[in-house]
Amino acid sequence: MTALETTTSTAAVTAPRGGRVEVRAAHKAYGDLEVLRGVDLTVEPGTVTAILGPSGSGKSTLLRTLNHLEALDRGVVAIDGEIMGYRRRDDLLLELSEKDVLRQRTEVGMVFQQFHLFGHMTALQNVAEAPRRALGVPKREALARGRELLETVGLAAKADVYPRQLSGGQQQRVAIARALALRPKVLLFDEPTSALDPELVEEVLAVIRDLASAGTTLLIVTHEIAFARDVADHVVFMDGGRIVEQGPPEQVIGAPRHERTRGFLQRIHAA
Amino acid sequence: MTLTARDAASRTLRTSGEESCASDMPGRPEDDGVEGGGAPADRSLDALGEDRIERLRVAPARRPVRRAVVTIVGVLVLAALVAIALNPRWEWGVVGSWFLARSIIRGLGETLKLTVLSGVLGFGLGLVLALMRLSRSRLASGLSWTFSWIFRSTPLLVQMLIWFNLGYLYDRIVVGVPFTNLSILDARTSDLMTPLVAAVLGLGLHQAAYASELIRGGILSVDAGQVEAASALGIPARDRNLRIVLPQAMRAILPSAFNEVIGLVKGTAIVYVIAHAELFFTVQLIYGRTQQVLPMLMVATLWYIVITSLLSIAQYYIERHFAKGAVRTLPPTPLQRLRANLTGLRSKSTEVRA
Ligand SMILES: Nc1ncnc2c1ncn2[C@@H]1O[C@H](COP(=O)(O)OP(=O)(O)OP(=O)(O)O)[C@@H](O)[C@H]1O
Ligand SMILES: [Mg+2]
Repeated sequence: MTALETTTSTAAVTAPRGGRVEVRAAHKAYGDLEVLRGVDLTVEPGTVTAILGPSGSGKSTLLRTLNHLEALDRGVVAIDGEIMGYRRRDDLLLELSEKDVLRQRTEVGMVFQQFHLFGHMTALQNVAEAPRRALGVPKREALARGRELLETVGLAAKADVYPRQLSGGQQQRVAIARALALRPKVLLFDEPTSALDPELVEEVLAVIRDLASAGTTLLIVTHEIAFARDVADHVVFMDGGRIVEQGPPEQVIGAPRHERTRGFLQRIHAA
Repeated sequence: MTLTARDAASRTLRTSGEESCASDMPGRPEDDGVEGGGAPADRSLDALGEDRIERLRVAPARRPVRRAVVTIVGVLVLAALVAIALNPRWEWGVVGSWFLARSIIRGLGETLKLTVLSGVLGFGLGLVLALMRLSRSRLASGLSWTFSWIFRSTPLLVQMLIWFNLGYLYDRIVVGVPFTNLSILDARTSDLMTPLVAAVLGLGLHQAAYASELIRGGILSVDAGQVEAASALGIPARDRNLRIVLPQAMRAILPSAFNEVIGLVKGTAIVYVIAHAELFFTVQLIYGRTQQVLPMLMVATLWYIVITSLLSIAQYYIERHFAKGAVRTLPPTPLQRLRANLTGLRSKSTEVRA
């Protein structure tokens, strides 16, 4: 796999700085449905955190609050101490302007389960778009860097191809390159491989593994238990809108203390 | 081993340039039965030999039903054309003598001018209205809704007459700062409201109301994930709309938009109510004098056919442009197909000679 051989260039192209992610007392409800019921989480800079949990437990919602795609009802999320979406004045959280929220978001990359590549743009244009529009990077520079990024995900040859002409695994790798283009401090992955055929999963995981060693803080919602155990420094198990158990992978996956974690892992292994 | 050989051969069998993507083309006849419908007994192509496999080419499938239908329709169309061309009562001679007459060309020019001006006003304003309607601001979306409500309720004819007779309703038009004597514009209404201005305003505002709904529909058809991904990347709202959403909405917008534009070309004829001489009005004036009603209507119709044809060609290429990325591979344009056929014929004829 080409992606596996590119560890050094990944480190060179992506900024080797990770952000600290802090979630405090996060609450979120949709109507009567409480999706997050008091989540507390600290993710140290440059570490890899895997978030596990059954469907509907609030994993995606938590991830989406981290870059303020979703606003919390109560509680705060901060990247390197900067509260997402708000400015604090004493006990008040003042809503930031759209412009400031967008600036904050450039520090937090997100990779979606369904890729969401811009269908009318080539792979390279997809990667170069955000730096141009969000950071005002000149076109030539953005394209040059876009090519570098595509190379690090092993897709230099596909720069001028449209997303629908790519395989699922290739599309997801372009999506990762696109998220990396802003040199984010934190990268969020929401089940990056669950829309992929089994034989395509490994090529995406290989790219993520490279990133893990490159120093960006990674939060990954995943059902790939083996991958989580292998790559994560920290594993979080969520159920019913709460974090039920968290710790190093040897503990949470290897010797889960909580019954619900054990049940979940058993079901996954059975499947 | 045998399977790979077979696989490779079936790939050579496909037309070049097509990506091999079996799942997208289920049951293509040339994929199975390689030799006369039945697979070779030993399930291998080794027997064929390499150079033989090299020489294999795709023969396009014959479609007898399709060919028959096309032939019948072709004959019917031909018969209709003959019936129209050879019947002296259509008076094609009269049509020919008026087709390029100066008054007709001038009328045509007016029609095109009205179409372009009111089309630009209509779709420009329509885009703004659509974005307003979709914005989170209640005020903006309310304003946009009200505009569409009013201009879709008022008959175009009535609206046109109101604009044209604005001078009767309001003597002067004054634009100034309220409660001061400062005025930016102060003019007699009838000086401003020439027939052309009235016509463009009437047609353009009417068009804007319809265009805004059409554009809004296109925008709504774009997958919400695209906006979400763009927001997550910190792309500002303006660029999100203009660079991410709108280009993808264009695919849904274009066919109806061209409908509207072509409708507008003929719809401009309504300005006869304010005595503005565009193509159709000119034709009516002429046949009022000469009594050659049908031939004069044919003059106008032929010009509308010319304009619509040009617009349709433009539509084809513009739609094709926006289809990039929405389809896996673009079909060849008619020109490309023609060129391919010509070179194909040429190589075939050289083969025959050789
Ligand atoms: N916009 C919304 N409106 C209403 N309910 C929502 C909305 N988004 C999510 N939910 C609900 O919130 C709950 C948690 O959703 P979430 O997507 O966070 O789950 P998840 O842990 O990511 O699950 P999965 O593993 O299936 O992706 C679900 O019950 C879901 O139906
Ligand atoms: Mg989810």
